[in-house]
Amino acid sequence: MNFELSEEQQILVDSVQRFVQNDSTVERFRKMRETERAWEPAMWARMGEMGWLSVPFPEAHGGFGGSFMDLALILEQLGRGLVPEPIIPSVVLAGGLISRLGSEEQRDRFLLPMIEGRSSLALAYAERQSRYDLADCLTRAEASGGAYRLSGEKTWVLNGHAADHIVVVARTSGDQLEATGLSLFVLDADTPGLSITRVNGMDGQRTGRLELDGVEVDTDRLLGPADAALAPLEWAIDRAAAAACAEGQGIVQELFERTVSYLKQREQFGVPIGSFQALQHRAADMFAEVELCKSCMILAAIQADAEDPEERAAEISAAKFQLTQGGWFVQSNAIQLHGGIGITDEQDEGLFFKRLRVLQGLFGDADHHSDRFQGLDGFDAEARQL
Amino acid sequence: MDMSFSSEQLAFRDEVREWIAGAMPDEMKRKADDGAVFENTESLAWHRILHEKGWVAPDWPVEVGGPGWDSARRFIFQEELLRANTPALSPFGLTMVGPLLIQYGSEEQQQRFLPPILSGEEIWCQGYSEPNAGSDLAALQLRAEKDGDDYVLNGQKTWTTYAQYADWIFLLCRTSSEGKRQEGISFLLADVKNTPGITVKPFLTTGGTYAFSETWFKDARVPQRYRVGPENGGWSMAKALLGHERTAIGGVSESGRWLQTLKRIARETPVGRGTLLDDPAFRRRIARLEMRHRAVSMVNLRTLAAAELGRAPGAESSILKLVGTEIFQEITELCMDALGHDSLGWIDSDPVALPERERFVASQFNYLRATTIYGGSNEVQRNVIAKQILGLPSAPPARKAS
Ligand SMILES: Cc1cc2nc3c(=O)[nH]c(=O)nc-3n(C[C@H](O)[C@H](O)[C@H](O)COP(=O)(O)OP(=O)(O)OC[C@H]3O[C@@H](n4cnc5c(N)ncnc54)[C@H](O)[C@@H]3O)c2cc1C
Repeated sequence: MNFELSEEQQILVDSVQRFVQNDSTVERFRKMRETERAWEPAMWARMGEMGWLSVPFPEAHGGFGGSFMDLALILEQLGRGLVPEPIIPSVVLAGGLISRLGSEEQRDRFLLPMIEGRSSLALAYAERQSRYDLADCLTRAEASGGAYRLSGEKTWVLNGHAADHIVVVARTSGDQLEATGLSLFVLDADTPGLSITRVNGMDGQRTGRLELDGVEVDTDRLLGPADAALAPLEWAIDRAAAAACAEGQGIVQELFERTVSYLKQREQFGVPIGSFQALQHRAADMFAEVELCKSCMILAAIQADAEDPEERAAEISAAKFQLTQGGWFVQSNAIQLHGGIGITDEQDEGLFFKRLRVLQGLFGDADHHSDRFQGLDGFDAEARQL
Repeated sequence: MDMSFSSEQLAFRDEVREWIAGAMPDEMKRKADDGAVFENTESLAWHRILHEKGWVAPDWPVEVGGPGWDSARRFIFQEELLRANTPALSPFGLTMVGPLLIQYGSEEQQQRFLPPILSGEEIWCQGYSEPNAGSDLAALQLRAEKDGDDYVLNGQKTWTTYAQYADWIFLLCRTSSEGKRQEGISFLLADVKNTPGITVKPFLTTGGTYAFSETWFKDARVPQRYRVGPENGGWSMAKALLGHERTAIGGVSESGRWLQTLKRIARETPVGRGTLLDDPAFRRRIARLEMRHRAVSMVNLRTLAAAELGRAPGAESSILKLVGTEIFQEITELCMDALGHDSLGWIDSDPVALPERERFVASQFNYLRATTIYGGSNEVQRNVIAKQILGLPSAPPARKAS
């Protein structure tokens, strides 16, 4: 067992750290959140040049052939600067699915330009009633004479407001809650019949709400085999959950460090507030949660590459749960221990708090992951002593 | 001990319920049903309606404009307001400085200030905290020097809630730097809008709204006759006022409203083929909070009843702020969980994209983190309970290694 970073990984971490410090501090995020897109194509292109968008893809697909851990390390550092470029929706979700399921032609058309930072992607899966159930899908795709017609609504599409191409989950057979019958389609954002409304997120990032009103696409837009999208979708969402844990880890760490330094600096009653034992204990408990988050994030990043869905699901659910519960302890106390100033928008802690809360609510919340965990064979069989 | 209502009290309840239903304007009713957050102007409009009826200050004595209700009627009245989800009123005049003036204000001050508090013509704010005097309030430095009939004020207050809308501010200032810090503080009333040298700069909060301000004083002149209590006796005024806000600050009735909102959200949030309310696990989470809320509501009632008998607030009241605000926050957190993805949107979204019923939840969830910070942070509350109620000894001074 060895949990040390390799030399290459350390170099990668250092370079992302430098990037955040020099080129993408929280100040840049503050500027970005005032704009409609909320991220910059020029910065995206730079990320492409630096190779960050290629990390998890096989070399044969134009990627770097790295591990998910490499990507997680990047995201962790980017989290510390609230860097708003859409890596999770573009690289992990839509990019992941296109790389996994796409034909060579589809990869050349949709994946390669994204890897180079010339375009961005999104995945539209959630619907108003679906919550975290990936099988729950009312959007339908009817086959009609060598084409498909898509109708329905998708909500909370990360980067849906800005993506060039959107992978849409639609039902080609079965009804609303059935596990089989889901298919994936790659749509251009400007396809007739597709309308996209921008929704501003609590975290200052943007999402899209999609309405598909009989959108017609050729069969060459079908991604992977028809009716069999649930398993790859679960894989992609699991990886996105692991990615959220990585970015979230950067935020948890940042909130923790900022709070400890505030405890040393802020004086009341003639002493630093960090000298009060009640707050020392709170800080110690926060530290414990930070370390638990870190450990879970490592496990999740390792398992994100696992092919066995059971193994993957257990660790990723555990990590997402920890980020939600333990991360919450850190973020709520970070605000609490800053006192009044913690409630102002001009203090950065609130921005980290919000982004973390969004990450906690994406790709399954604590209830969802606890339910999923107790339904896994590993848990169930052991509990029943089978 | 008895919790039941007499037939007369039940008749009163019906009267109040009927009156509220008739008195609320339609638009206000619609927003109340939606569980939306009211604007300042709507709260003021409701204030005026209550005032016309003579019900705006249930806790005030009849002689100064109260309705003369006993605690049961006041309780019934509050419950009915809660039930109808009417706008909350600004507390600074009605439940803070008003009662203080009734207790300690001069005849002139009472005549000058109480009627416009009742009518809603003058809105108040509270100027205690300063950048370096938060939990350690006695460290405050806003200087007030005598000059003729006035005090001349120099310095700064901060986190002053709604100072940007306020006509008047009640404030603590330093009138002496001798002796104990608490003994050099005075309690003054100042005209925010018409005093040259007072400026107000609102802060954007994490809720995305402008809820509090920095308030600056530069050679601002305040007449000495607007001092409440003796010079250098402001600390006891502040303590007396704290007694009046003690029950309000736990947010027990506000969190009751949020419980209603929580249930509405659960009822209206589609999940699969039904709604979130069909999920027994989620219902259990709501039920657990509601049961805790009942417990803290009863603490609130016991505190109110003791006050009615003229007793000093008992030990139970010390936990109201601590527990009340924590339950309140948990309810807002559960509202977020209930909304799922929809909780993650922000108030500046297009109304079509994010409907009104949902858009305020995330904003309030963020802003209400403040309830465990203001009014004496919950850490400070625990210190008070440990030392003053439980009589636990102080920590020994740190020993140097020899
Ligand atoms: C939304 C909002 C509205 C407000 N409205 C008003 C208003 O209208 N008027 C007004 O005057 N003030 C107002 N306040 C200010 C509020 O009363 C102060 O924020 C509060 O007293 C805490 O002071 P501080 O912010 O300086 O934090 P600090 O006192 O610096 O506290 C920082 C942290 O240290 C902890 N701490 C401090 N001392 C101790 C101790 N001895 N032991 C253990 N922990 C300790 C605190 O609990 C807190 O977690 C408002 C604040 C907020 C957030």
